[in-house]
Amino acid sequence: MSSNLTVSNLSLVIAALGMVLAIGISTKEKLGLHKDILYSVARAIVQLTVVGYVLKGVFHVANLWLTLALSLIIILNASWNSYQRNGKQKRGFWYSFLAIFCSTTFTIGLLVLSGSIKPIAQQLVPITGMVASNSMVAIGLAFRAMRTQYQQQEQQVNEMLALGATAAQASKGILRESIKTAMQPTIDSAKTVGLVALPGMMSGLIFAGVDPVYAIKYQIMVVFMLLSATSLGSVIAIYLSYRSYFTERLQLKVPR
Amino acid sequence: MIIEAKDLDYQVDGRQILHQLNLGVTKGDYLTIAGPSGSGKSTFLKLLAGFLTPSAGTIEFQGRAQESYPIPAYRQQVSYCIQQPLLFGRTVQDNLAFPYAITNQPVDTARINHLLKAVDLPPRYVEKGITELSGGERQRVALVRNLLLEPAVLLLDEVTTGLDEASKQIVLHLLETEHQRGKTLIKVTHDAEEIEAAGHLLHMKGGQLINEQ
Repeated sequence: MSSNLTVSNLSLVIAALGMVLAIGISTKEKLGLHKDILYSVARAIVQLTVVGYVLKGVFHVANLWLTLALSLIIILNASWNSYQRNGKQKRGFWYSFLAIFCSTTFTIGLLVLSGSIKPIAQQLVPITGMVASNSMVAIGLAFRAMRTQYQQQEQQVNEMLALGATAAQASKGILRESIKTAMQPTIDSAKTVGLVALPGMMSGLIFAGVDPVYAIKYQIMVVFMLLSATSLGSVIAIYLSYRSYFTERLQLKVPR
Repeated sequence: MIIEAKDLDYQVDGRQILHQLNLGVTKGDYLTIAGPSGSGKSTFLKLLAGFLTPSAGTIEFQGRAQESYPIPAYRQQVSYCIQQPLLFGRTVQDNLAFPYAITNQPVDTARINHLLKAVDLPPRYVEKGITELSGGERQRVALVRNLLLEPAVLLLDEVTTGLDEASKQIVLHLLETEHQRGKTLIKVTHDAEEIEAAGHLLHMKGGQLINEQ
């Protein structure tokens, strides 16, 4: 570990004052969030501690299959979260899993093939987490946008169906808008990267003492990687799931 | 019979809307269906258009069960004109090009202009934004949209409701012309004048169609 990275247990306790401040605000403003804050912090501590030790073990063993298994668990978790957050639609877990799995493996495969990252646990696991979580968020946005659009455009879709359109023809505009909505945050953050926020990958490298000029190369790689993952993930998720808004006889059924 | 309903039942939330409804419509008929609100007239049209599935009974088109057709092809032949259409896209052109786009046919500008003329709208209207149209103009564009692919049957759900007198007469004239050209029309209406003028009139009562003439 680089000598300038020294987070002691005491430093953590002092940093926890931030959490105390959040609880204080919640109490003072009667937000009723203090239980939620305590629960989420406790959960984060337990999760990160477990992950820390698991990663240490996996890095120590340095087995490719173990690394791939851990990456698969990350993808399964992201898919489950996406499914839980988006109305638990029929076959929703598998749609999310396929979308996250394909977008993540394609993006990481490209990075490994280009030599940008090595197929070792220290690089594969964190990158999988980063790609899968961004894909998960994009898919969540896409699902929500699609549901809202079907609700708002119910009559227009029915008018198209009445003219003899297929589900795909009647949904074309909705699918396009949903994918755009899913990709927009990634595009927006790419525009302000470095100007507003120094993102995680770059910050991490700078923290670890890497030359900032070298660190930006990795950040540029992350920008490419997230654009690929969010676009691919949302396209796959949307095209797999839009048909579930229609019956076999092409009757639109919009959940309320 | 071009379209036939046999022992049609439709229930929703335990409420019986249609009960053992039987109707045979011959090719070229212009049938008007009247009846109080909530009697099931619009439900019947939606069943014929394949937008609802009957609880029991069958619907046949040209002697074959509705389910035996791919539903898009069926709806291109049995065209449902929705009550108070919203139109879609940005312009009138988006709406009129749509039937051609979904059937992979080149846009037939001559036919569009002919039908626009029939509903008293100039050809330049294709460029108009849909938000610039009055209610009557919107309804006329929607009708043109339904007629572009020459469906065999037109299902008309209160297409003159809320229209000014001039628009209503234009729409009724177009329907009469299409009837003269041999199309089969099934129209649901509340309008006393249209009921009075109907050649073939049935009333929806107790979930069945009754001939009161």
